[in-house]
Amino acid sequence: MTVLDARRRSRLLHGAQTRAAWILTLPFLIVFAAMFIAPLIYSAYLSLFSSQLVGGEVFTGLGNYARALQDPSFWGGLGRVALFLFIQVPIMLAASIFFALAIDSKRLRGGRIVRLLVFIPYAVPSVVATLMWGYLYGTDFGLITQLFQGLGLTAPNLLSPGNVLGSTMNIVCWEFIGYNMIILYAALRSIPEELYEAAEIDGAGQFRVAWSIKLPAIRQAIILTVIFSVIGSFQLFNEPSLLFNIAPNAIGSDFTPNLYAYNVAFKNQEINYAAAIAFLLGIVIMIVSFVVQTTANRKERLS
Amino acid sequence: MTLGAVAIVAALALTGCSPSAGTATSSKPVTQSEIDKAMDTPTTLTFWSWVPDLQTEVDLFEKKYPKIKVKLVNTTGGAQHYPKLRSALKAGKGVPDVAQVEFNYIPSFNQTKSLLNLTPYGGEKLGGDYVDWVWNQVSNDTGVWAVPQDSGPLGTLYRDDIFKKAGLDGAPATWDDFATAAEAVKSKTGSYITNMPGNDMFQLISFFWQAGAKPFSYDGKKTVGVDLNSETNQKVVSYWQNLIDKDLVSTDPDFTDAYYQGLAQNKYASWLVAAWGPVFLQGTVKDTSGLWRAGKIPQYTAGANISGNWGGSSDAVMSTTKNPIAAYELAKFINHDDESTLALANKQFLFPVKKATLESPEFTDQTSEFYGGQKVNEFFAGVSETVDKDFEWLPYMDYVNSSYGDTLGKAIADHGDLKAALKAWQDKVVAYGKQQGFTVK
Repeated sequence: MTVLDARRRSRLLHGAQTRAAWILTLPFLIVFAAMFIAPLIYSAYLSLFSSQLVGGEVFTGLGNYARALQDPSFWGGLGRVALFLFIQVPIMLAASIFFALAIDSKRLRGGRIVRLLVFIPYAVPSVVATLMWGYLYGTDFGLITQLFQGLGLTAPNLLSPGNVLGSTMNIVCWEFIGYNMIILYAALRSIPEELYEAAEIDGAGQFRVAWSIKLPAIRQAIILTVIFSVIGSFQLFNEPSLLFNIAPNAIGSDFTPNLYAYNVAFKNQEINYAAAIAFLLGIVIMIVSFVVQTTANRKERLS
Repeated sequence: MTLGAVAIVAALALTGCSPSAGTATSSKPVTQSEIDKAMDTPTTLTFWSWVPDLQTEVDLFEKKYPKIKVKLVNTTGGAQHYPKLRSALKAGKGVPDVAQVEFNYIPSFNQTKSLLNLTPYGGEKLGGDYVDWVWNQVSNDTGVWAVPQDSGPLGTLYRDDIFKKAGLDGAPATWDDFATAAEAVKSKTGSYITNMPGNDMFQLISFFWQAGAKPFSYDGKKTVGVDLNSETNQKVVSYWQNLIDKDLVSTDPDFTDAYYQGLAQNKYASWLVAAWGPVFLQGTVKDTSGLWRAGKIPQYTAGANISGNWGGSSDAVMSTTKNPIAAYELAKFINHDDESTLALANKQFLFPVKKATLESPEFTDQTSEFYGGQKVNEFFAGVSETVDKDFEWLPYMDYVNSSYGDTLGKAIADHGDLKAALKAWQDKVVAYGKQQGFTVK
C-alpha cells in the first residue's frame, strides 16, 4: 500500500513538475516559434516561388535552388569563405591555444593583464573593429601606409582585390583570438591538479605536460571552437559589408554568400532567390559542421 | 547572420501581399473649388524625405494652409528610404502621401503604379516653370509623376593653384585638352588631374549623358531598352581607358575618407562633379579654401557647350494617398513656392530647378570665398541650360548599379579592359531585364 502511494505521489509530483517546466519554458517557446521557426518556414516557402517585376509571383519549385547551384557568384563566395576557413581558422586557433597555454602555465608575468588585453578586442563590436581597421588599412593616408612610407618603403595596398581577403582574415583574428582563448583557458582550468603532480613525478617538462596532458584534456573545447569558427567563416558578413564602403570594387556584391544573399534581396529585389541562397548556405554549413564533428569524434574513439 | 538574413527577408516578404491599386484614379481635371475645399479641410499628410531641415519649408506650407498638418519623416538617405518605401507599398500600409524620389527612381515606382499622375491636379501647368530637361525627368507622354526638387548639372571644380603650376589657365575646354592637361599636371605637380572612381556609376552615367548617349529607355509598361554598349559609350570608356593606362588619373573609390584626404592633400587637381559639388567640397576640404574654381565640363567637339547631369530628385505623390489634392499641393508648394524654393537653394543647398529661382539675384549673386570670390551659383545656373535634354532610366536602376560594380566598375578599379567590361555590363542588365519579365529591345 505504502509503496503504491509513494509511486502515485511520485507520478503526481512528476506530472506537476512537467507542467511547471512547460509553463516556465512556454514564453521562450512562443518567442522561439514566432521569431525563429515561423520565419524559417516562411523563407523556405518563399524560396519555392519566383517573383518578377513584371508578372508577379509564380511557383517555381526548386527552380531558385537550381539557379543558385549554377550561379558563379554563389560558388565564388563559397570558395572564398572556404579559403578563409582553411587559412584563417588554423592561425586563429593556434594563437588562441598558445595564449591559453601560456597563461595557464602561470609562468607568464602579468598573466591577468595579458588575458585581458587579448580578450578586449572581442568586447569591441565587429562593426567598430572593422571601421578601425579600415582606417589603418587606408591606401594613401592609413597608418600602415604612413609607417611604410616613414621607413622609405612602398606600402602594400591592403584593400586591393588580391589582398582584401587577407585583410579581412586579420580583422577576424584580431576579434576572435581572445574569445577562443577564454573558452580554452576555462577548459584548461578544469584539469585536475593531480595529473600535473603525477607528470612531475614522472619527470615530464612543461612542454611535455602541455602536449600529453593539457591538449588531449581540452580536446572537446578545441572541437567546439573549431565548429564555432567554421560556422563563423561561412557566415562572414559584417566585415566585408563594411569594407565595401572603402573598397567597393575589391569586395563587390558577392564577396561572401551572406553578403550576396543580402544584395540579391535588397539591391536586386529578388527576395525569393535570396531565401534560396540563404537556405543553401545553411545546408552547406550543416554538412561541414557535421563532417568536422564526426571526424573529430571518430579520431577520439580510435585513440 | 544567415538566420538573421533569412528572418529579415521573411519579415520583408511577410508583409508582401499585392500592391494595392491607387485609390485616386480620376482623370477629370480638379476644379479650383475642389482644391479650395480640400485645403480648408483638416487633414494630416505624411511626407518622407531625407532633405535635412526640411521642416523650414514645411512650416511655410503649414502657415499658408493652417488646416493641413504635415508629419515630416526624415528617412536619412536613399539607401534607407527606398527599401522602406517599397516595403510599405507592398504591405499597403504606412505609405506616405508624399515621398522624395530621385529622377532615376521614378520609372521604378511608376512600373509598380505607385505614383499618382499629377496631370488632373494641375501638374502639367507647372511644366513651363522648370528647366526643360528637368521637366522631362519627371514627366512623359502619359503624365506628370513628380514635382522636381533639385538637379546636378555637370561642371569641373579645379584647384587653381595646381593648374597654374602645370601651366594651365582654367578648366580644359575639350576632352582632348583635358588629356593633354593631365600629362602636364602629372609631370609638373605630381597630382592626378582627376579621379575616376570604380564605385560611382552615376558619375560615369553623367559622362555618358554629356556625350549624348541614350543608354536606357522604358515605355512605362513592359518594354525596356538597354544600349549601354553603344558606340558613344565605347568612345567614353576608351577615353578613360587611355588616361588610366597612362596612370594620369587615379581610380580610388569616391565619397570615402581617403578620397576627401586626397582632395585636401593635392592628390587630385580637379573633380568633375555636379552643381551640388561646390557646397559639398566646401564642407569636406575647408583647408584648401580660396584655391578652388568652377569651370565647364570639357567638350567632345571644340566650341560645343553640352553638359550632363549627376543626381537630382523630386517629390512624388503616392497613388495610395487618400488626400490627393492636399498631397499634390504640398509637393507643389515645397518645390514651387518662391520662398520655399529659395530656402531650399540657399539653406539646404539643393541646386534649384525652377527657372525663377535660378534667375533670382538672391541665389545667383552669392560669392564664395572658397572659390576665390567666384559666383559659383550663377555659373552653374548657366550650365543647367546646357544639359542634354532627353535622358531616360530603367525601372531597375538598383540592379544596374550593383552589376556595374561587378563589371565596368571593377575593371576601372583593377585597370582592366573597360570595353570588354562595358559589354559584360550590358549583357548582365539585359539578362536581368528578361528574367524580370520585361521585353528588352
